[in-house]
Amino acid sequence: MGKVPFHVSVAACATAFLPSIGLAATDAEVQSLRDELARVKAEYAERMAKLEAQIAQLTPQAEVGATAAIETAVAAPAAPPAEAAAPAQVARSAATFNPAISLILAGNYTNLSNDPEDYAIQGFVPAGDEIGPGDRSFNLGESELTIAASIDPYFMGSLTAAITAENEIELEEAYFRTLALPEGFTLKGGQFFSSLGYLNEMHGHTWDFIDQPLVYQAFFGGQMAVQGLQLKWIAPLDFLVELGVESGNGDYFPGTRLSRNGLNGVVAYGHVGGDLGETLAWRTGISYVDLDAQDREFEDVNATGEDVLNAFTGSSKTWVVDAELKWTPVGDPRRQYLKLQGEYMQREEDGDLAYADSVQSLDGSYSSDQSGWYVQGVYQFLPRWRFGARYDSLDSGDTKIGLVQQGLLGVDDFPILVPGTPTRTSLMFDWSPSEFSRLRAQYAWDDAAEGPTDEQFFLQYIHALGAHGAHKF
Amino acid sequence: MFRKILTAAVALLAAVAMPTHAEIKVLATTADWGALTSELGGDKVNVYTATSALQDVHQVNAKPSLVARTRTADLVVANGAELEIGWLPVLLQESGNPKIRPGSPGYFEAASAVRLIDVPTNVDRAMGDIHAQGNPHIQLDPRNIAAVAKALTARLASLDAGNAAYYQARGADFQSRWAAAMKGWDQKGAALKGAQVVVIHKDQAYLVRWLGLQQVAAIEPKPGVPPSAGHLAELVTKLSASPPRMILRNAYNEPKAAEWLSQRIEAPVVTLPFSVGGTREAKDLFGLFDDTLNRLLAVKP
Repeated sequence: MGKVPFHVSVAACATAFLPSIGLAATDAEVQSLRDELARVKAEYAERMAKLEAQIAQLTPQAEVGATAAIETAVAAPAAPPAEAAAPAQVARSAATFNPAISLILAGNYTNLSNDPEDYAIQGFVPAGDEIGPGDRSFNLGESELTIAASIDPYFMGSLTAAITAENEIELEEAYFRTLALPEGFTLKGGQFFSSLGYLNEMHGHTWDFIDQPLVYQAFFGGQMAVQGLQLKWIAPLDFLVELGVESGNGDYFPGTRLSRNGLNGVVAYGHVGGDLGETLAWRTGISYVDLDAQDREFEDVNATGEDVLNAFTGSSKTWVVDAELKWTPVGDPRRQYLKLQGEYMQREEDGDLAYADSVQSLDGSYSSDQSGWYVQGVYQFLPRWRFGARYDSLDSGDTKIGLVQQGLLGVDDFPILVPGTPTRTSLMFDWSPSEFSRLRAQYAWDDAAEGPTDEQFFLQYIHALGAHGAHKF
Repeated sequence: MFRKILTAAVALLAAVAMPTHAEIKVLATTADWGALTSELGGDKVNVYTATSALQDVHQVNAKPSLVARTRTADLVVANGAELEIGWLPVLLQESGNPKIRPGSPGYFEAASAVRLIDVPTNVDRAMGDIHAQGNPHIQLDPRNIAAVAKALTARLASLDAGNAAYYQARGADFQSRWAAAMKGWDQKGAALKGAQVVVIHKDQAYLVRWLGLQQVAAIEPKPGVPPSAGHLAELVTKLSASPPRMILRNAYNEPKAAEWLSQRIEAPVVTLPFSVGGTREAKDLFGLFDDTLNRLLAVKP
């Protein structure tokens, strides 16, 4: 203020006070002042109400304002002050701003009739390490640590890292999300599970089976985590209409890292949902994933038994349709519910396939049209007890490999791409002693690979520690 | 592709953007706070209640319809004190509605208007489903309803300042009707003072305190933990010698454990509405207390 010329300050003060003098004030200004005054009054009243309520609870036989007639009411003197106030206030120290931390501990015992080394989803390009039933015997699952908090009035942040049994830290999600955008928009950025389909953004500990459906394993390597941005909008309607679009660096199966600036690939999705009466809730959606791949490599064994490296370069377009229905017969999902869900995926890939063995490197065209689906039902027949069944079915289609069509190589040189129709049937039974722990048994007949059926038996535990997690529909 | 989708989104937004209604859209988490908001807001509010009295409000699905209702709400009337911790945070986050974030004028917590009992000095999940801030089931003490009504009236008046006088008039009317009703309940309830009761969960604690009942046992060994056969057998041994006057069960509780115990210790099960809509008679907040007292008094000592 010291450096502001005197006449400027006078002018500023005059401008500031003029409206309140009333001479120059318009009706609108008067109204807005009245509203403001009413708001201040009301806030004050609310604060007083809170204080009065506290006094009332503290003082036995108290008359609360003009309202309460409780001469006979206070049979038990209200909570003694020491019971409530003291500990709660001590806790508000430096730790108050600590983020919410939760930890998931999971593990399983696995019994497989086939060697997991030979596991494959016939006709589908391997989509990374997370496909298949895992290893035999006792296995430590991923220990999942989540740290989340509001950053400021505008953003919240969340990080989920999985510590694997191999002592590796795997980043699942690390993102910020806006809190203050108007009109139902939310922007998310960083690394996050894509909102495509239904199951993709669910963390492993919330799955109804120990493993992902085969379509998710074959089409997205289990789950697709986008590194980039997501813009989501929810319509101002009485039922759910949610539209979203995601884009990023494209370095997630079926895409690969490209040496290109800008947005690489896109995921677009729409979900609608609502209630049918008191007992049925539903949701359905459609998603589209458009990604490019550059030298997306996979290993195979050629006709002579030699390990070879193949690489796909081209475009990959996937449609996903999902539908969920939850029935709570008595209205209370804690007591009983039936949840049905299913997803269908279809993918077209077009481009080149490079083949390299110790003698030659060849390059030819490649095109595939593949699809798959699963349906599952989970029935909670008693509080804490659930039973579930799931059926998986895939169709690899007839992949057209230019090098084979030209006669340069044989079908035997690409055994993984020999057409197949993998199926799997899974049964699940679980018991949740509390909201924070679950024990599960699962049996599956897996015909994803060629050869005899893989009979799989699992026992699994999932425990949640720390901050109370809240789950989506 | 990106641009196309964005254009489509914006076009849809324009298409569905509704003409602004005069009334405040309220999402109430429980039937009781929904009923109170309707009492106080009259035709200036449009109340949607997320749960029913037959649901355990600890565990509710963040279903699509609730996300949509949260998106359009101008005011969320929550119970608070962690009652809705398993689902309300998801709704608030998913809805993309900045108006109703905790701390903003559009977010109201009933529990913040009253003093909670059973505030634990030490919290550990091994103790069961306990709430760090205290017992959240505040609605069964009519004095709490009066205190919440006062704070909620003030909040409605500040949120919708143009109608402040309307809310204050309705609030004053409600308070005087409530005070009169409370006088009646207190007189009726005096006969219950000292009556021994067995409860299922700690959610009747405020009722027990208000009426001066004496809670001699709980069917759940720890909050939220269902009773084992062993625990029930222990209760039978403990209570057979001097049976309590009654076993209290809320409308949303499974009847089995209470009935099993009832047959063995010769004490009747009294099913209480617990929330507005829990019984046919508990149509509104007045009905909730009328019916609760009638049912308690129906059991002769």
